[in-house]
Amino acid sequence: MPTLTINGRSMPVDAANDTPLLWAIREQLQMTGTKFGCGAGLCGACTVHVNGEAVRSCQTMVGDVAGKKITTIEGLAPKGDHPLQKAWIAEQVPQCGYCQSGQIMQAASLLAKNPNPTKDEVVAHMDGNLCRCMTYSRIQKAIMRAATEMRTASATSSERRPT
Amino acid sequence: MNKHVNNVAAETTDLSRRSFLVGTAATGLVLGYAGVPGIGEAIAAPSSFEPSVWYAIAPDGLVTVTCGKADMGQHIASTMAQIVAEELGAKWSDMRVNLASNDPRFNDPVLGAQITGGSWSTMMNFDAMSRAGAAGRMALTEGAAATMGVPASELVVRDSMISHPKSKKQMSFADVVKSGKATKTFTPDQLKAIKLKTPDQYTMIGVSVPQLDIPSKTNGTAKYGIDVMLPGMAYGAVVTPPVRFGATVKSVDDSAAKKVPGFIKAVTLDDKTGSTSGWVVAVANTYANAKKAAAALKVAYDGGPNAKVSSETLLDEAKRLQKLEDSGQFFVKDGDPNAAFGTAAKVLEAEYTTSINIHAPMEPMNATAEFKGDILHIYSGNQFATRSGAIAAGAAGIDPKFVVMHQMWLGGGFGRRLDADMMVPAVQAAKAIGKPVKVIYTRENDMTMDYSRPLTYQKVKAGVDGDGKLIALSHDVVSAWPTARWGIPDFLSPSVDKKGPLDAFTVNGADFFYTVPNHYVRAIKNEMAHNATPSGQLRSVAPGWTFWAIESMIDEIAAAAGKDPAQFRIALLDGKGKNDGGAQRLRNTLLAAMGLSGYGTRQLPKGEGMGVACVSSQERATASWTACVAHVAVAASGEVTVKKLTVATDVGTQVHPDNIRAQVEGAALWGLSLAMYEKATLKDGGIEQTNFDSYTPLRMSQMPEVAVAVIANGEKATGVGEPAVTVVAPAIGNAIFNASGARVRALPITAEAVKGAMKA
Repeated sequence: MPTLTINGRSMPVDAANDTPLLWAIREQLQMTGTKFGCGAGLCGACTVHVNGEAVRSCQTMVGDVAGKKITTIEGLAPKGDHPLQKAWIAEQVPQCGYCQSGQIMQAASLLAKNPNPTKDEVVAHMDGNLCRCMTYSRIQKAIMRAATEMRTASATSSERRPT
Repeated sequence: MNKHVNNVAAETTDLSRRSFLVGTAATGLVLGYAGVPGIGEAIAAPSSFEPSVWYAIAPDGLVTVTCGKADMGQHIASTMAQIVAEELGAKWSDMRVNLASNDPRFNDPVLGAQITGGSWSTMMNFDAMSRAGAAGRMALTEGAAATMGVPASELVVRDSMISHPKSKKQMSFADVVKSGKATKTFTPDQLKAIKLKTPDQYTMIGVSVPQLDIPSKTNGTAKYGIDVMLPGMAYGAVVTPPVRFGATVKSVDDSAAKKVPGFIKAVTLDDKTGSTSGWVVAVANTYANAKKAAAALKVAYDGGPNAKVSSETLLDEAKRLQKLEDSGQFFVKDGDPNAAFGTAAKVLEAEYTTSINIHAPMEPMNATAEFKGDILHIYSGNQFATRSGAIAAGAAGIDPKFVVMHQMWLGGGFGRRLDADMMVPAVQAAKAIGKPVKVIYTRENDMTMDYSRPLTYQKVKAGVDGDGKLIALSHDVVSAWPTARWGIPDFLSPSVDKKGPLDAFTVNGADFFYTVPNHYVRAIKNEMAHNATPSGQLRSVAPGWTFWAIESMIDEIAAAAGKDPAQFRIALLDGKGKNDGGAQRLRNTLLAAMGLSGYGTRQLPKGEGMGVACVSSQERATASWTACVAHVAVAASGEVTVKKLTVATDVGTQVHPDNIRAQVEGAALWGLSLAMYEKATLKDGGIEQTNFDSYTPLRMSQMPEVAVAVIANGEKATGVGEPAVTVVAPAIGNAIFNASGARVRALPITAEAVKGAMKA
């Protein structure tokens, strides 16, 4: 029985190694924030982080991620208060909301590496994530808002750091 | 039978609109005092106050509104709460929402059924929710007055507090509910007589309060149908035939599937509801195993009567039907266009087409079915609980009154979840194995078995007089008839020429607000398409194609008459006769869009152009008013870049300005996606596109700038979810003409078509 390290916890899953991570997360671990959209890596609804990289969990097999650090929307921030999640609420991004876990996880992997993305960088990074409600402009605004907040927070914390 | 089922009246089995309306008169607005405590409860903890079926106030003061509409991202649950809160006087942070079951008590107060679509919800529920809120406020106020010993008329209600300014006494809603003194009841007549607030008194309507469902959609906690987990549940994956409809299963060989771990059973559907044909469900302990088993099943089919049908044969059949003089039925028959063509200075004719389009909401279709005693429980996000419950019952072979539909958040609807095909595999699999079963479509199932927007063919003939005035228009619309498939006679409309009912959901919009003295609209059912590609309602429905034809043709006429297309429209929107009111509102949206876009104010670079369109969606009787100016650049290759869409919409009254903008922008981008990027085709009876690599809705990189102007002129609230879908394609087509001289008449617009039209 493979053991997955998800959101900082070790969890055994009753699933064959060739089971898509998506279904192990949703059914075995009953964490349903990660969504099934296309099963082919074409829509991004199932995006999670593996060792900090955004991956499509429908295309990632359980056997390939044993021992790696997996993060889902439920584990992005302990209280659901990641700057992106706060920005998503501030910009009132979601309509049906189904794709938004994947959008947020995809965006989080961008901001982790690039705290000051340009609009073009945001578009290039997010273009694999479909939103059928077409909330794209609000997604862009929310990413920019979160990026600003994260930069401000890190500037503030470094100012306070004793030299 | 449980208590809920006792409440389910026989009307769920009778799906005619007439009986819905009778049912409404009997039950729709009656306040059900379900919260009247019995003696036992009165001694125990204080119970909630339920002044109406639509909401309850708990002893802690939280107000939970039950939304009878499907929430698919339009935030209608939150909007209902907002309307209730306005009259109730509740604080927004005290408001909660709950999604209704299919209990007829939660039927739409106007429609008398549970159906969500048509941009109807706000306009049809505004009054009922307002009255429910006001009734609650009056009951709470009287209860507080009795406790305080002051006249109710001296009390002020605000932010969930009832205060008496003279004595400075106050009670919270929670205090009054706990006191048990909120006991006033209302008859339907008393409810009707309640004097509601006037717009100048609003404190909630018109405010962009935070949508109640949004936080749960940022942290993974919102529960959609696909997220339902029941103890002991199994999973079903469907195996669908290569033919969209009409195939039958000849044999199923499950020998390989039996080797898949966790495989339980292959269930061949026996679907007497006509929702599916030739489907098999592979049931297993997990979805991954169900999919493996589904792939391992060897199913032999008889392809049935539609196995050779293609998009081309559907279009050929449509053209054949249109040429027949006695085809179809008349939707509009004003004057005599045929006579007028004889006297016209100029006659134009054109054909317009739209392709098959797929809903493809991000949450693939799914349903979970569980038999518990006599009751069939269905968990699924659905737009038409009244009919879907009946389909589930039909699949189970039981009376619909034994079906309880548990509504979930919808991971997109767009009309797809008006249909109930997903109920059938879930119900029959659950019945076959004696356990709850969750059936999830793969994206491939979801696309190839969509109740699609039908392929349409329209022929429009127009006559102008010597002054360039439009005097005659004849408009034939040939398509599958999505609503005819429902089997609910009263959703069809009588034809003007008394040739039997027609599906107005294929011609709505063609009865526009332009003044044209001689005007025919004929609705022609393409029976071949109807059978081979069972169609559904896709966001904005008929106006998505009728306005493509009309608004393109109006432009063609303006060009032929040498007039500016916007000014030509304004002249036609003269508000004469039956068009009074609507025409002027539509004209104003056009003027607003022209102003906001800078239409006609500057010379655009070579290869660029602006195009206009204006629409009244969805039905004439429930119209809302929307105009668009599209700004495009057309390359010599025919490649079109949409630089900007400017949309102006008259919503009458804004309940939630920010949500209106979100809906209008989403709708406009849907319109763009349908105009440029989405095309499905039929070959050998099957839809060829199977996933987002071949069916390609708009992505972020394809998004132009969208500017939205919202006109709130104090008229009644209209719908906003759909109209902007329909206005975009003709505005783009007209802009392409303006930029390049190329007239395109087929959706989606391709570079090839544009380049071809340039040469012509």
